[in-house]
Amino acid sequence: MENSLLLTYLLLIPFIGSIALLFIKAEKENLIRYFGLGISVIAFLLSLVIYFNFDPSNSSFQFVHKFKWIENLNINYFVGIDGMALLLLVLTTFLTPLTLISSWTSINKKVKEFTFFMLFLELGMLGVFVSLDLFLFYFFWEAMLIPMYFIIGIWGGQERIYAAVKFFIYTMAGSLVMLVAIIWLAIHASNYLGKFTTDLVELYSVAPLFDLSIQNYLFIAFALSFAIKVPLFPFHTWLPDAHVQAPTAGSVILAGVLLKMGTYGLLRYNLPLFPAASLHFASFMSTLAVIGIIYGALVAMVQTDMKKLVAYSSVAHLGFVVLGIFAMTQESMQGAIIQMINHGLSTGALFLLVGMLYERTHTREISYYGGIAKLVPVYSFFLLLVSLSSIGLPGLNGFVGEFLILLGSFKSTVLNSWWYTVFATTGVIFAAVYLLWMYKRVVFGKVVNPKLNDLTDLNKREIFVLVPIIIFIVWIGIYPGTFLNVSEKTSDKIIERVFEPPKVELK
Amino acid sequence: MIDLIYLAVFLPLLGFLINGIFGSKIKNVERSKIPFLGEKIIGLIGSGAIGIAFLIVIGAFFETLSLPADQRTNYVNLFTWMKVGALDVSFAYQVDQLSLIMALVVTGVGFIIHVYSIGYMHGDRSFWRFFAYLNLFIFAMMNLILADNFVLMFLGWEGVGLCSYLLIGFWYDKDFEKSTTSAAGLKAFVVNRIGDVGFLLGMFLIYLFFDSLKFSEVFSRAVSFDVPEHIFTLITLFLFIGAIGKSAQIPLYVWLPDAMAGPTPVSALIHAATMVTAGVYMVARTSVLYAMAPTTMMIVAVIGVFTAFFAATIGLVQNDIKKVLAYSTISQLGYMFLAMGAGAFSAGIFHLMTHAFFKALLFLGAGSIIHAMHEQQDIQHYGGLKKYLPITYGTFLVAAMAISGIPPLSGFFSKDEILWFSYTNLGFVFWLIGVLTAMMTAFYMFRLYFLTFDGKPRFDEKQTHPHESPKMMTVPLIVLAVLSAIGGFIGIPEIFSGAHGNAFHSWLSPIFKSANLKLSYFGAHSHFEEYLLMAISVAGALGGILGAAYIYLKRPSIAVNTVEKFKSIYTTLWNKYYVDEVYDATVINPIVNSSRSFLWKLFDNKIIDGLVNGMARSVGDVSALIRKLQTGIVQSYALVMMIGILLAMFWLILSF
Repeated sequence: MENSLLLTYLLLIPFIGSIALLFIKAEKENLIRYFGLGISVIAFLLSLVIYFNFDPSNSSFQFVHKFKWIENLNINYFVGIDGMALLLLVLTTFLTPLTLISSWTSINKKVKEFTFFMLFLELGMLGVFVSLDLFLFYFFWEAMLIPMYFIIGIWGGQERIYAAVKFFIYTMAGSLVMLVAIIWLAIHASNYLGKFTTDLVELYSVAPLFDLSIQNYLFIAFALSFAIKVPLFPFHTWLPDAHVQAPTAGSVILAGVLLKMGTYGLLRYNLPLFPAASLHFASFMSTLAVIGIIYGALVAMVQTDMKKLVAYSSVAHLGFVVLGIFAMTQESMQGAIIQMINHGLSTGALFLLVGMLYERTHTREISYYGGIAKLVPVYSFFLLLVSLSSIGLPGLNGFVGEFLILLGSFKSTVLNSWWYTVFATTGVIFAAVYLLWMYKRVVFGKVVNPKLNDLTDLNKREIFVLVPIIIFIVWIGIYPGTFLNVSEKTSDKIIERVFEPPKVELK
Repeated sequence: MIDLIYLAVFLPLLGFLINGIFGSKIKNVERSKIPFLGEKIIGLIGSGAIGIAFLIVIGAFFETLSLPADQRTNYVNLFTWMKVGALDVSFAYQVDQLSLIMALVVTGVGFIIHVYSIGYMHGDRSFWRFFAYLNLFIFAMMNLILADNFVLMFLGWEGVGLCSYLLIGFWYDKDFEKSTTSAAGLKAFVVNRIGDVGFLLGMFLIYLFFDSLKFSEVFSRAVSFDVPEHIFTLITLFLFIGAIGKSAQIPLYVWLPDAMAGPTPVSALIHAATMVTAGVYMVARTSVLYAMAPTTMMIVAVIGVFTAFFAATIGLVQNDIKKVLAYSTISQLGYMFLAMGAGAFSAGIFHLMTHAFFKALLFLGAGSIIHAMHEQQDIQHYGGLKKYLPITYGTFLVAAMAISGIPPLSGFFSKDEILWFSYTNLGFVFWLIGVLTAMMTAFYMFRLYFLTFDGKPRFDEKQTHPHESPKMMTVPLIVLAVLSAIGGFIGIPEIFSGAHGNAFHSWLSPIFKSANLKLSYFGAHSHFEEYLLMAISVAGALGGILGAAYIYLKRPSIAVNTVEKFKSIYTTLWNKYYVDEVYDATVINPIVNSSRSFLWKLFDNKIIDGLVNGMARSVGDVSALIRKLQTGIVQSYALVMMIGILLAMFWLILSF
């Protein structure tokens, strides 16, 4: 097998799978479920093959596959990955089968459509992470919105339509600005390259040469789109609605992977393409990030709905990632990348756990619960462990990311102030408050609500979904080297591109 | 055995995993011949893990002892934890004089308390969970102590905080005072986290200036690098905030009294003997940095002595036996920080050790009493228990005398040394407050003692039949009593032991050498001064005891009258200076309320979302207007077209 085709195969698996799914009769729900699961497992296995064939000591893009797509405009089908993309790729293929298993019983209407959209979504997500052509990237970026829109709109809660439309328009508004920026970028780059192209690698070599003012505009356009996706304060208000209304699988994918696309975009596009602008805006972006950390935590603290609480906590957690990105030190960059994975695991697991409770009681109101430790000890254990991971307890994954980010941002010469880190660090207090306070109110205390008495503990299928995530939560917490190694060259390369941008003569 | 020290760390983890995963199954193991077999197996696994760890630590201790004094620091490296940039931290353990002393205390006292718990927790529904948590605690504590770098220490630091949280709320469905046990646990965790922010920021500063977080590298660079003093002040102050949180000093002590919601062995192990002393240990461990920051040293001393005094005043009036002991712990920790601030690091560690013995004993004794009195914790309802609980009584008396500083019990040597150093290194005022605190300590301890064991029973003897605890609980009491009695002899001051010097100090001296070199206190003080001050403090302690005896045995009316006379002072003390209420009103409620009503309901929902929805709506409105142009009437389209053409022609004509 030729290495360079692996990524294309990986994209083809969910693509062909979702097409093939259409030929199965809708009544055969179980067959559909197993089929979808099978496809996503194959994708996961293939991503492991990619993982083991990846050379972490090589800083250039690997598994590169390229052919002409729109010849006149030099737009190519061009895929390839570095360490960061690889980690997110595996995260995606890892979470997709787990979400499918978790929806086994909770999704019981339109199973065929649901599975179809999930596979389609996986295709879109993988496409975003492997694209090395801006046009191709944009294609996947937008394509991904469609299945998510339907997943929220069809299988969501009471106000699903409002949430789905809000999600769609919010992100779409950002994306359109980015589309304009992509075209502008390519046109402007043609002054240097002598041709119009959306080839990222070629653009890497010329975009940093642009005047600062042009870089600034382009930076803003890209960053706006990514900031909405992250979501960076104050562009976050679509998130609580989307999360609360989305079905569990939607929430898990949304938190686990979709939000990462914003931070991934900042690292893949903003920093290397517009290094001067990135330095120019670093303080501004970091300020928003730090506000998000504290603001998200404070608002999470007072939520009465468990899912909304977790949604707001994402604002805080992703704030850490953005801070790490714009502090631009080795430590903070590595921390940001690993924190992207961490958030995918921890918050993904939190949504799964909230979903499991919801499936039993059909409410997520914190005040409904209390004292369930006695009734569902296994559930309580998992919820505690995942909460602690999210709180950033050393020994679990969250700590590694947060610690590296804070350590790095403290010594950042770009930010050149301790205050960012000082304020961000107080976020760890609030994280403990909102999660453990919720935990206390839901799990501890006496059972007051008689309706809770017939609550059943997790079944084997649910435990099977959680255990793999737990393994990685502990693994990253104790031996993060496995993953830090993979992304090390990527973060070095990004930092290099920012601080030592290419200096090429004008053609 | 030094090389095997990691086993002493990981065996407790193994115990945690076994009991944690299989405990609920083991619990139900039964053999008709052996009652409660399941509990016994769980207890054996739990205490066995700690027992073996203790033996390994002893082995490592003697091996270290056999080495020359300058080769007593050894490292055991397991694997890399985080390696990014200049950061390179491992799961690696530093076995030296200081960490060994701490490890001996933690595993030794820990083992005794584990054994005691087999008796104390007998019959509890979650017996297995208790032992699992307890083992996890020892694992975290050993990491805290033995870590060779700040980050691993922080892992232990937060780990013990987690175990504390879990164990305070162990009976998660119980009420505690005005609230619940789980609220007390949450409070402990959050207050500790406030301190942890300080610890983190201290680490960031250290990394920024010394490019490392390994102890050995940081400490050697601290001496050799040219870093201004105010940076050291900042670093040590941040670290000290961490210590204040963990070791319950002003203003972050508020969690410790509430931590008494946990089972009593937990109070003994975590909230008296080991975890709460972690802050003291951390200051001792980083003594080099503190020695470079005289300002911080003074702050440490002031907070220490003030906390010692302040907590003792609250202890005077509390009626819950565990509450008295809790405030006493805060007060004694204050002494330890006073020692640290005075630069008497090994004296502080010495007191840490003796305190571990007698305070663990006091708590375990309290546990024995509480068991006998059917969970009654109010000393107003005790009295005359001497005859019912002879072993508890005897051992409790030893501990009470030890903490009061009666020679030659352990507390005398350690406390007196701290007082002496605070006199020579800090000044008369510190010594005076220290002695006043010692008097109050003796008073409230013997108030507790007399109200509990002496006098007439103040409970209904027909209904309550107190009986002595089983051997599983009394043997640990006796062992601790022996340690409390003779534990001080390894640190006999020079004026008594003469040429041999103070064994404890000379053992620890290599650790504090570079710190002590930086500090230069040596004013000349005569032996006469030392004897005199010692005599005064012993007299003070005896005075406190006699005062308590007089008031609570002979003239109980005095207590009542005093309370009446100084009603406002009494209520202030009784309500612990209203500190909790003040925190609620000034910090917690404002944050929660403004987050809810301002940030969430107003800012997030109305302002940001209002803008977003407003924009969406205005787009909708505009398009609704534009839509009206699409009438579908061809004539009107033609009309518009005509107007357009005319306008275009005009423009063309005009532009020529």
